[in-house]
Amino acid sequence: MIAGVVAVVLLLAIAAYACAGGTDYGAGFWDLTAGGAERGKRPRWLIDHAMAPVWEVNNVWLIFVLVIMWTGFPVFFQQVFTTMWLPLVLAAVGIVLRGAGFALRKPTRRLAGRRLYGAVFAVSSLLTPFFLGAAVGGVASGRVTATTQASTDAWANPTSLLFGLLAIAATALLGAVFLAADARRFAVPDLDGYFRRRALGALAVVAALAVITLAVTHGDAPHVWHGLTHGVGLVFVIVAALGTLATAWLLTRPSAAWSRVTAVGVVASAVIAWGMAQRPYLVPTSLTVAEGAGAHTTLRWLAFVTLVAVVLIVPAVVFLYWLDTHGELEGLTDADLRRGAVDDRE
Amino acid sequence: MHTALLLADVPPQTLPARSMMAFTLASHIILVPLGVALPLITLIMHGYGLRRSDPTALLLARRWSAVMAVQFAIGVVTGTVLSFEFGLLWPGMMGRWGDVFGIGFGVEAWAFFLEAVLIAIYLYGWRRLPSRTHFLLGLPLPFAALLGAFGILAANSWMNTPRGFTLDSAGNPVDVKIWKAIFTPMFGPQYWHFVVAMFVTAGYVVAGVYAVGRLRGRRDRYHRLGFTIPFTLAAVLTPVQFVLGDSIARQVFHKQPVKFAAMEIVWTTDTHQPEYLFGRLHPNGTISGGIKIPQLDSILAGFHADTKVTGLTSVPASDRPTATQATIAHWAFDTMVGIGSLLVLLALWYAAMWLLRRRMPASPWFFRCAAVAGVASVVAVECGWITTEVGRQPWIVYQNMRVAEAVTATRSTSLWIMFGLVVVVYVFVFGSFLAVLLKMRTRWRLADETGGPRTPEETPETDTPYGPRSAGSRP
Repeated sequence: MIAGVVAVVLLLAIAAYACAGGTDYGAGFWDLTAGGAERGKRPRWLIDHAMAPVWEVNNVWLIFVLVIMWTGFPVFFQQVFTTMWLPLVLAAVGIVLRGAGFALRKPTRRLAGRRLYGAVFAVSSLLTPFFLGAAVGGVASGRVTATTQASTDAWANPTSLLFGLLAIAATALLGAVFLAADARRFAVPDLDGYFRRRALGALAVVAALAVITLAVTHGDAPHVWHGLTHGVGLVFVIVAALGTLATAWLLTRPSAAWSRVTAVGVVASAVIAWGMAQRPYLVPTSLTVAEGAGAHTTLRWLAFVTLVAVVLIVPAVVFLYWLDTHGELEGLTDADLRRGAVDDRE
Repeated sequence: MHTALLLADVPPQTLPARSMMAFTLASHIILVPLGVALPLITLIMHGYGLRRSDPTALLLARRWSAVMAVQFAIGVVTGTVLSFEFGLLWPGMMGRWGDVFGIGFGVEAWAFFLEAVLIAIYLYGWRRLPSRTHFLLGLPLPFAALLGAFGILAANSWMNTPRGFTLDSAGNPVDVKIWKAIFTPMFGPQYWHFVVAMFVTAGYVVAGVYAVGRLRGRRDRYHRLGFTIPFTLAAVLTPVQFVLGDSIARQVFHKQPVKFAAMEIVWTTDTHQPEYLFGRLHPNGTISGGIKIPQLDSILAGFHADTKVTGLTSVPASDRPTATQATIAHWAFDTMVGIGSLLVLLALWYAAMWLLRRRMPASPWFFRCAAVAGVASVVAVECGWITTEVGRQPWIVYQNMRVAEAVTATRSTSLWIMFGLVVVVYVFVFGSFLAVLLKMRTRWRLADETGGPRTPEETPETDTPYGPRSAGSRP
């Protein structure tokens, strides 16, 4: 019972990371595809300004996912990290490069330096979600087992490949939808249109990849396929499909209000659909939630710690996002870091 | 012959895995003092500036938070790498013990989350939030940092003195008692020793920057204030840390006698143990080099020369650090204690001048020492960590799991390649981090020297390129 609760917490944390982290990776995706220094200047400005205040928060979700995994389901954690060794190493390296590239690009002034850090940031924004997606695909298709050692088959297989691509497409979708909203907030209509077109493109790719993935899981991950086409899993698949349609419709409306909500809904319901489809397994047909669960006392405490944290943190996060979307948060500029800056601004 | 057998038991993955963990942790630790303590130091400066309406103090606080922004972001990524490494390098430990000691990490993860939220509000709130609200929103930051440290130290002290479980017939932990697993015997001493170390180190590091400025002839109020506040905080806490350090060493003596034996290179259990300052332990138990002080080790451990100190040979060779490991732990320990003692002298010098002359020391030698104190305290932090980790060998979970049992089964070649990759990436990241800090400093100094109202020479990136948010157009 308590193991099930913690498993749901884990799934929700993964969904939160997919949405928050995904938006962030998506910004990197559009940074990469924004073109040369001149052409991509304005989109890149927007990307820097839009994501800076919430960058760390978005990425801390991942740490939380890992902690729940090893505290709540130690055996599962051990198996995943043994079998999926290579993709996870590459994802970790990608995270370092990406974070460093992002953090260091801002204070760098010279174009060559900004280019280098920018390129590092953008390329790793693409690789990290791919490899994380591939690792999830390996879990979904039951390739993570107690006996398997790290092997390429565990992650270089149709399900992993598609999960990886789907992860990239989903981040691109979220990134574009949020950047379009930021462009509206900053009142830059041309960038609004720019990112809306890209959001629609990404949405089409997500939909196409999702259909292909569903078809592939039929043979490659039968348990997940069954779960996705029946019961709760199916409900979330339908929600995701409806969300896709709603997002497409909203993006073509003049105001595009609520498009962020529906886009997040698409990605979150897709992740939850996958989690529900896996029931009752952590790794389909070899490790159930009950078998993989840690000690009961620990799980109860983990649930308790989570509850306390939610009470403390949800208001804080909501407040942060509220401040951010209301334009209350702004980085210090050089002008603020000079003497006399205070007097200038009373 | 015997050592050859022992080495054969250790899988080839152990060396690269251990090297990588050591390298990434040693790098991360450099950022930790600033991560834990810089918010408090900045808030003190910020509060001082608000109270006295002091533009210089507010400028310092703003600049420090600009540094905090870069440092915190790098800390997030190096910290994330560490969480990955638990699985990538030590799946055996996490698989068996994750549910026993992982709850600390659960607390830490949420605390860190809260810290990230608060730090984002603080860093990006300077321009638009009302100044009082902005300051008040920053106030919970140091507490979130302390809570995060609580989680990490709970996990590490559990590895040193594991409690809160019983083993079933198959050797798996059952009957987990969370409370006992968090508050293990070493937790209290380790936590306070660590937290105070973070404040002392961050204080000396920040003050060191302005000490260098002073040595180069910059004696204005900006440099004086930037030096005084962090240095005073560190100087007040240094003697406290000395007492805490002394107490944790005695706790180790009681709770982890074999580690204590390694730290003091004690070979056979006996009373009237001499203290060695440095020196090298050989596998046959002899010690070469170093300064020998008769009786002192026993006196330090138990206030009496008759105190019996456990030696390394009290346990089989397979259950204790090797002679080389013991020597490493011993050198790290002595270096840490040496640096700590010198810092106490520096703090006393500072205190004496304030008490007797009511002013800061003026001697350039004082500022030379203060400039070195920052680096020295980072070295001391690294040494303390080496002492506790190397002194625990060959155990990853003291007396319950060996490092060799916990290590991943991935081929050692892959691990070496990953290690190489990580080194390259980290050199790039930390090199760039340093370059960015130096560049910020140069920019600020140039801006200060030209002085006066701001000139419109900023590159366009520094300002919002569009919309009504540009600072210039604010109402």
